[in-house]
This record gives sequence, C-alpha cells and structure tokens, in this order.
Amino acid sequence: MSREKPKSFQSLILTLHNYWAEQGCVILQPHDVEVGAGTLHPATVLRALGPKPWNAAYVQPSRRPGDGRYGENPNRLQHYYQYQVILKPNPENMQDLYLGSLEAIGLDLRTHDIRFVEDDWENPTVGAWGLGWEVWCDGMEVSQYTYFQQVGGLDVSPVAGELTYGLERLAMYVFGVDNVYDLPFNDPDSALGATTYGDVFLENERQQSEANFHGYDVSVLKQQFEQMEAQVPLMLARSYQGKALVLPAYDMVLKASHLFNLMNARGAIAVAERASYIGRIRDLCKMCASAWVEQQEAA
Amino acid sequence: MPQLLLELFSEEIPARMQAQAAKDLERMAREHLAAAGFLPEALKTFAGPRRLTLVAEGLPLAQADRKEELKGPRVGAPPQAMEGFLRKAGLTQDQLVERDGVYMAFIEKKGRPTPEIVAEMVEAIVRGFPWPKSMIWGTKKLRWVRPLKRILCVLDREVVPFAIEGIPSGDVTEGHRFMGEAKPFVAKDFDEYAAGLEAHYVVLDVEERKERILEGCKTLCFARHLELVEDQGLLEEVAGLAEWPTPVLGDMDPVFLSLPPEVIRTSMRTHQKYFAVRKAGETGLAPHFITIANIQAADGGAVIAAGNAKVLSSRLSDARFFWDEDVKVGFEPWLEKLNGVTFHAKLGTMAQRVERIVALAGEIAPLVGADVAKTKEAARLAKADLASQMVGEFPELQGIMGGYYARQFGLDAEVAAAIEGHYKPQGPSDAVPTAPVSIAVALADKLDTLVGFFAIDEKPTGSKDPYALRRAALGVIRIILENNLRLSLAKFGKDDLIAFFADRLKVTLRDQGKRHDLVDAVFALGDDDLARIVARVEALDGFLKTDDGKNLLAGYKRASNILKAEEKKGALPVGAPEAPTADSDAEVGLYNALRLLDKPLKEALAQEDFTGAMTQLAELRGPVDAYLDGVFVNEPEHRDNRLKTLAAVRDAMGQVADFGLIGG
Repeated sequence: MSREKPKSFQSLILTLHNYWAEQGCVILQPHDVEVGAGTLHPATVLRALGPKPWNAAYVQPSRRPGDGRYGENPNRLQHYYQYQVILKPNPENMQDLYLGSLEAIGLDLRTHDIRFVEDDWENPTVGAWGLGWEVWCDGMEVSQYTYFQQVGGLDVSPVAGELTYGLERLAMYVFGVDNVYDLPFNDPDSALGATTYGDVFLENERQQSEANFHGYDVSVLKQQFEQMEAQVPLMLARSYQGKALVLPAYDMVLKASHLFNLMNARGAIAVAERASYIGRIRDLCKMCASAWVEQQEAA
Repeated sequence: MPQLLLELFSEEIPARMQAQAAKDLERMAREHLAAAGFLPEALKTFAGPRRLTLVAEGLPLAQADRKEELKGPRVGAPPQAMEGFLRKAGLTQDQLVERDGVYMAFIEKKGRPTPEIVAEMVEAIVRGFPWPKSMIWGTKKLRWVRPLKRILCVLDREVVPFAIEGIPSGDVTEGHRFMGEAKPFVAKDFDEYAAGLEAHYVVLDVEERKERILEGCKTLCFARHLELVEDQGLLEEVAGLAEWPTPVLGDMDPVFLSLPPEVIRTSMRTHQKYFAVRKAGETGLAPHFITIANIQAADGGAVIAAGNAKVLSSRLSDARFFWDEDVKVGFEPWLEKLNGVTFHAKLGTMAQRVERIVALAGEIAPLVGADVAKTKEAARLAKADLASQMVGEFPELQGIMGGYYARQFGLDAEVAAAIEGHYKPQGPSDAVPTAPVSIAVALADKLDTLVGFFAIDEKPTGSKDPYALRRAALGVIRIILENNLRLSLAKFGKDDLIAFFADRLKVTLRDQGKRHDLVDAVFALGDDDLARIVARVEALDGFLKTDDGKNLLAGYKRASNILKAEEKKGALPVGAPEAPTADSDAEVGLYNALRLLDKPLKEALAQEDFTGAMTQLAELRGPVDAYLDGVFVNEPEHRDNRLKTLAAVRDAMGQVADFGLIGG
C-alpha cells in the first residue's frame, strides 16, 4: 500500500490514524482530563482490564509540569502529544503491525536501523507493569512497546499490547527538524499559510512553565488533592443501574494524579513524601480497577 | 547417528539474558537426555536476539530395551503387601519368580522412540525455563521471556511432532527481519540451518557476532587513524542486540569535547550503546562514535550515522545543560538539599550521613597522615554531587562529577581528588585511593556504611547483600593493605563487624592463594590490625615451607597432644619450667633454647619482624625434636616440670600463631 509521506505534524497524526483505522482500531479522541501519559486514558488503563477484546488508537495530550523549560529547550515540553495504540488481546503479528506503521509514516526499514531494546515498563501510580521494549530508530527511542501484565495491581488477561509513540520526537526525526518549535504543524506549502508547532504552542509553554514552577498555590493544590482523594471512595460507593460509578471515580484519580504532578513541579513534595503520595494514588487506582473488572466480568 | 536440532524463535530477547539462557538450555537438555539414558556425542547451544538454538549429535532413534528387576514382598508376607506390589508393577502373581524367599518381578521395558522423548523434553524445557523475568501474551497461559513464535524441532531430518499451547513444532524458521528475502525458510538439519541463517543475514554464534563487531570497528577506525576505546561489557550487550551486527561510524560535534570525557563516554555507553574512539596514540576522546546497527543499510549507513549523530548531540546538549546549570548552583545549596534525601529510614538523611562521615574522617585523618582540615572539608563535600543534575541523570558519575565541580570551583586539589575518589575501590579491578586525604574520606565513607547497617542489624546473609556491605568491607581491606596502613579496626566497630572484616580478609587471602588454616591460625591471636595480620600470615607461610617449619609444627603437635592427654587426668601445672634436675642433654638443651629464645622472640614480635620471629622459632626445632624423642614426660618426680616445659614451647610458639589450627 503506497501512501504519501507525511509533510507535517498533523499529517503524521492523520497517517497513524488511517493506518490503525485500517487495522480495525477504534479511533478515539483525547480524554478531557489532564494526564501525564497516554496510558492513563481510561481507554487504556480501564479497558486493558477485564475479559473483553478492545482495539483503539488515539492521540493524548500529556502534561508533565516538571518538564517545562519556558519554551527555551528544543525538545523538552511540559505539554506534548502521545500517540497511543491498545490491542487486546495482542494479535500474533503485533510487531509486524507496528513496523508497518513506521513504514506508513515514511521510514524505510531497509535504510534505517530499527532495534527492539529491552525496557520493562512500569507506572507505579497506577500499579501497572509490563514487559517489552523501547523501539529505537537510528539510536533514537521512537516508541514504547509493552505487553501489559498488570494494571491497577490486577493481572491483565487476555494480555493487552500497548504502543506509545512520542509524536513530537518522531516528527522531528521524520522531518529532520532540530527544534520542536520549528516543526511544520500543517502543510508548509498550504495556500492558507504555514503554521509551525511554535506558532501553536510556544506561548503556552512559556505561561504554563511559569505557572507550574511558580504560579500554583501549593496549599490550594494540596487541598484539592485531598478533596479528590476523599471523593473517590464516595463516588465508588454510589451506583447507577446497579453499577458503581467507576468512570467518574477514575476521572478523580486522574485529577489527583495531575495535582500531585503540579505539587511536585513546585518542589512542594519532599523526597521522603513522594513514595507515600504515589502509594495513595495507586490505592485509589486499584479501587477503581477492581470495581471496573467486577462490572466487566458481570456483563 | 541422528542429529537433533531445536530452535525456540521469539520476539526480541533482552541482551543481558541471552548468555545465561544458552547455558540453561544446555543444562536442561543434558539433564533430560541423561534421564532418558542418552549421552549425545556433542551438544551445543546458541542464543541471539530472537532465538535459542540447540544441536545435539549422536542420538539413537529409540531408547534401548531395558530389563528391570523389582524386589517384591517376602514369601508369606501379608496379602495387602502382595496386592500393593502387583499394582505398582502392573503384573499378576503368576508372573513373579521366587528367589531366596522373596518374590521377584522381571520387567521388560521396551525402549521408547526418541521423538517421543524429545517432544516431552522440549515441552518441559519451554514450560520450566528459568528466565529472570517472563510474561504471558495474547490469550495464552504459556510464559516465555517475550512471545514465543515458532518451534523448529527436527530429529534425523524429520520434524518431531508436538505442539505447546497451540505453537506447533516444524522445520521452518526466519532470518533477518529486513535484510534479504525476509521470508521463512526450511531447515532439516544443522548444516541447512546454519547456511540458511547466513543466507538470511543472521550470525548465529555470539562469539562470531562479537568478532564481527570488533573487526568492523577496527576497520572503521583504521581508515580514520582512530582507535577503539574497548569496552567488554558493551561488546557483550551490543552482540545481543543485533542479528547482523554492522558497525557504523558517526561524527560528534567537537564542541562537546569540552565536557568531561567520563560524561561523554557514559552518555554514549548507557544511553546509546555506542563505542567511543580516540585518535591513534592519544588519550582523550575523538569527536566520533561507533554504533552497532542491525542492518547493512542500502545507503551504506549514511542515514543511520546521521540519525545517531543527531541523537547523540541532543543527549550531549542535555549533559551540557546539566553542567551549565550545576556550575551555577554549587556545593552549598546541594548540601542543603541532602537534608531532604533519605539515606535509609533507620539511618536518617543523607545530610546526617555526611555529618557522620565528616566526624569519622576527622578521626581517621591523623592515623593516615592526612591534613585534618582538608579531610573534613572533603568529607563534607563528598556527597554533594548527589544533588547535582548531572549525577541525577548519570548516577554512575557520582564522585567523579564532584571532583570535576570541585576543580571548577577552584577548591584545593587534594580535596577535589578525595571527593572524586571516595567511592573507590568499586570493584576488584578498581584502583584504591593512595593520597592521604583521599584515603581518610574513602575509609570514612565505607566504615560509616558498615557501622550503620550493622547497628540496625542489616547484615548480609547468604547471597543477600542489598547494601553491598561485603564490597564496602573489601574496599576497607584493600585500602588498608595496599597503602600499608596501621589501624586498629576495633576503634570503629563492635565485635560483629570485626568478625565480618576477619571473614572478608580470609576470603581475600584465600583468593590470593594463602592457606585458610594459616589465616585462622593468625586470626586466633585476636589482632585487629589487618596489615599486621597479613604480614604474620605471609611470614608463617614462608616458615612452614622450610624443613625447620614443618618439623617444628610436627613437634608442636606432639607436644600439644601430650598436654591434651595429660590435661584429661587433671589440671596441668602452671608456671615457668625450672632448670632440669635430671641429667639429660635433651632436657637441658630445650630448657636453654627456651630461655635464649624468649628475649629475641619478643623483640622480633615487638618490631613486627615476623620473619625474624620465625627464624627465632626455628632454633627450637632441634631441641624440641631431641626432647620429644629422648625424654619420657610421665616420670613421676619430673612430670610437673616436663609438662611446664612443653607448655612453654606451646606458649612461645603461640605468640606467633595458633599452630594448633594449622593442618598437617
């Protein structure tokens, strides 16, 4: 299948959408709560659990408040995009499907050096881990490839395979651009004019960086964290049509997690406290995961 | 004789697990084959990024028939015993033969066909393989290191038929993912298999992959007048990351050469798995690198080199950023941060640890001839770099960065060197610090660790040593011995820690080929000065290699046996022997020898001239031999004095070592 090589950030995304749609995935839109990684979208964390098949792909804006550099670093951002694919159960030819997606975005696999380098992924805040690789293209990590073994402290069975592409980095590589803000966002030859990644996000990086490092009121963040934490079990205790309100409860876990990241960026969390906060979020996540699996198995 | 070829083909196996996997496969196969009565003429295994392979030569096509004799119940035994036996043997009573009052069963066991045994063996190996970490995938319950895709299993060119969790055996495998035809191919024996892999761009044998990498690197270097900075650990790793390893030389922006070479090498090695290179005949790094690609690219590797160069640039830009940020901050704010870093829940923060190390280093300094003020300053700053951004990114550069930053900030050279070297030695091949300030801080660092973890009862047990206390103790021992330091360890730790040091020292000396009984004989004296202990062991070792030494040891044993035997009859007389009253040359001789020995022996020991002390002891050999051969100890009127004489021999020798612990 021949495709035109993408020319812009957005066409890279569209190419991946088309490719994974052709493989039969549901193409979703981002989750509308701040998250630190595409994995945290309920379409991955929750749908990876339970017996039902699930195949989806989506872009997820991801926020890492501590990574902000006021727009001055060419490849570090506090807000960036991950492309996420979840295939459950993982198909036998998942590696081939993945390699096909690289070809689709214009990487010639006989010219580039593609390697699968051991990387055992884990995300302690959601009690998740899996085995897989970092995928390297010419020495650069272009994707994370994981066979989930546990999520929310529960075994994942059947196993879900997860692919995460760091879109900005991948795009910089494919387009040979050294500074993320120079990435063409739309077709640079467009009749309506070229727009760069910087045109869209540079000011956002500046303002958000200042807010992340100096703006947020730590006591307010802390209060909100505790409120969210207290709400999760209450929400799970409430039910509709016989089902505990897992999905809203999980949104609150995500909010708590983001609030933690903000407190962390503000330097408000001592090293010794870190583990305890992560443990608190993980406990909330486990509660949601258990309730979700119960509903899935009952259905 | 038939050949067995087995290949377990999977998705990419972590490089660090491959060598052990090849060993485990060989061991398991040998065990299974041996249990079936097979002894292959040759058996070899291979491991690579996507496959484990076994080839065994010289298997029969079936087991030999076997006759088994089973002993049954006695004649006249209760019927239950007979029933049980018949059930177990699968026989009826008329098939039994009576022999010497016992029923015997003679069972003919038909040898089973080898394919059956092989099928069972492969299943047992796959299901029981000891991967350090394994996983399930898809809807299968099978565990493997990564998804297992194919099983090639042929015996004597025939597929051994079986399936494991839906994965059927066959005679098909795959070569390189991208190079060549990139299609599966058939292999019915090892020759076809090896030739097929070669044709499909896979180097099967890891040793060949390593050679290919080194050869390739050297060729690239030669053409550019460069030299490879060899790195065995990296070589092992990259040999497990490529089926068709192809070195590619790339360029690094020379501006990064202003970074410390350790930073560049660490970034290359840990992040990118690149080899560093230097200009032929020079020591610093050259602005190039070599990456080991898994492909001979259509364009000769130009795209690969350029891509990798870009990644390295961005890595080194990060490192440069960390350096620039770090030198804006400096030691004092870092030290402040260590207040928030827990060292261990029961041992407080890193800042508290620093305080302890400062105090300890201050105590050690005068003992090793170090300037106390400089030592304390170095100890105070030694851990600061843990809070730097560079060490946050490259933990293995702890200490080294502290040294660089100290020099950057214009600190005293001795202080900088002590900060840099205070983790040393970090392994058996690492050098120990030799400058006095460095020695004091390095010792304080390790002693604080040891004393702390011993105090909270976190001692190593068996194979568990999570805080690397054995390494720390060994570090202390090496620093002391290699610098010939005179320290009394009891100053720094309680009995259990001293015993731990003694234990480690024994291991060290044993590794150097010293007899462990000599080490025990010297340790029994209760000394805690390692240099002195070692000097004694060495002198003793030399002495026991002489005739005098051997004979004196024999004499000692005879004397102490007599003493032991007599002791059983009642308490031995105490006190120094008196001049012998019997008219016996042997008695007079030994009495005089002991008297003459006393002073020079004590002097030699006081001067720690242990070889001299041994020479003095050697003077006893003749008199002791004559005494033991010519004097009857148990003569009633002389018994007391003669036992005192033997005890005096034992005690004199006991000042040098406990000869009783030395083996014959």
